[in-house]
Amino acid sequence: MRKSKLSEYKMIQHLERCKGCGFCISQCPSDALYLSESVNSKGYPVAKIDEGKCTKCAICYTVCPDYVFERVKGA
Amino acid sequence: MVEKRIPQLLVEDNKFCPGCGHGNINRVVAEVLEEMGLADTTVGSLAVGCACLMMDTFGVDWIQAPHGRAAAVGVGVKRVRPECCVFTYQGDGDSLAIGLSETLYAAIRNENITAIIVNNGIFGMTGGQMAPTTLSGQRTTTSPKGRDVSITGQPLNIVNQCRQLPIGYLARGSVASAKDINKLKKYIRAAFETQMSGGGYSLVEVLSPCPTNWKMSLEKSLEHIENDVKPIYPLGEFIKKGEKTDA
Ligand SMILES: Cc1ncc(C[n+]2csc(CCOP(=O)(O)OP(=O)(O)O)c2C)c(N)n1
Ligand code: SF4
Ligand code: SF4
Ligand code: SF4
Ligand SMILES: [Mg+2]
Repeated sequence: MRKSKLSEYKMIQHLERCKGCGFCISQCPSDALYLSESVNSKGYPVAKIDEGKCTKCAICYTVCPDYVFERVKGA
Repeated sequence: MVEKRIPQLLVEDNKFCPGCGHGNINRVVAEVLEEMGLADTTVGSLAVGCACLMMDTFGVDWIQAPHGRAAAVGVGVKRVRPECCVFTYQGDGDSLAIGLSETLYAAIRNENITAIIVNNGIFGMTGGQMAPTTLSGQRTTTSPKGRDVSITGQPLNIVNQCRQLPIGYLARGSVASAKDINKLKKYIRAAFETQMSGGGYSLVEVLSPCPTNWKMSLEKSLEHIENDVKPIYPLGEFIKKGEKTDA
């Protein structure tokens, strides 16, 4: 089977679940996450990805206590 | 590279506070149960504390035990339904204060269940009172000047209590970093594997932040775990397949 490439994946975010705790921001090895100005319906400022810096390592998936991130197939 | 999908067992958003370690632990347990094919045959035993918020959001079958007695109730379920995967999920106040007897006797009898104990050093749900695990000198709402161990005795180390017992698996993990969470997943998997192979009692204690009642930012909470909690409650696997490790 052909090994799948980085470009075949994307990170998605369920921002309605974010509670703005900042754990993902402190653990991202590429400095690709930042606490944005936007606030979700729960009233929390949400963490967003700077796509240009993101390496799709999914460390944010690992640390987020609120199931915000997923790494899925598809460009 | 593989996909990283949120486990389907997490049927609703969790109800924990921002930065609460219970959320990380919930996801790790859900991942392991799904990867082991146990999602439909697992019964969890809950008693009190913020753990109980899982009943609405974590899609296994649950049974509600009285405060502290999750192990006794879980053992009952396991004895009548030995084909099921049975685990307790409790805070440190619940499992180690009022429930210490039930927790310890399940281990002493080497009951074939898995215990997950969330050590956040306090009673979280009720507002941050002192727990058996509270560190010496730690301020809580019931030890406002700091825990005085000359009055309360030393913090309770459940791993040390269980180390001499003839149990299947014993470990302590943490959710304080990505590295810790990846290790924790290995420990939780090993614990459930122990149970499903009939290997006896398995216990994983998890160091976990409660930013709300510690009255700290998540950043400060993680520093507190690293600098103050880990030296008192070291991480590692202490019993594997019934054999003591060198840890
Ligand atoms: C019989 C009884 N006594 C007291 C309580 C109050 N109570 C609710 S949760 C709790 C302890 C929670 O602490 P812990 O188990 O550490 O869970 P955490 O919320 O910290 O995760 C207590 C004493 C209760 N629910 N039932
Ligand atoms: S996938 Fe990795 S690089 Fe991208 S935002 Fe998440 S942690 Fe940062
Ligand atoms: S770790 Fe999750 S909840 Fe916390 S800020 Fe990042 S995305 Fe939001
Ligand atoms: S009170 Fe503490 S343990 Fe309970 S949900 Fe909030 S942060 Fe988590
Ligand atoms: Mg607690």
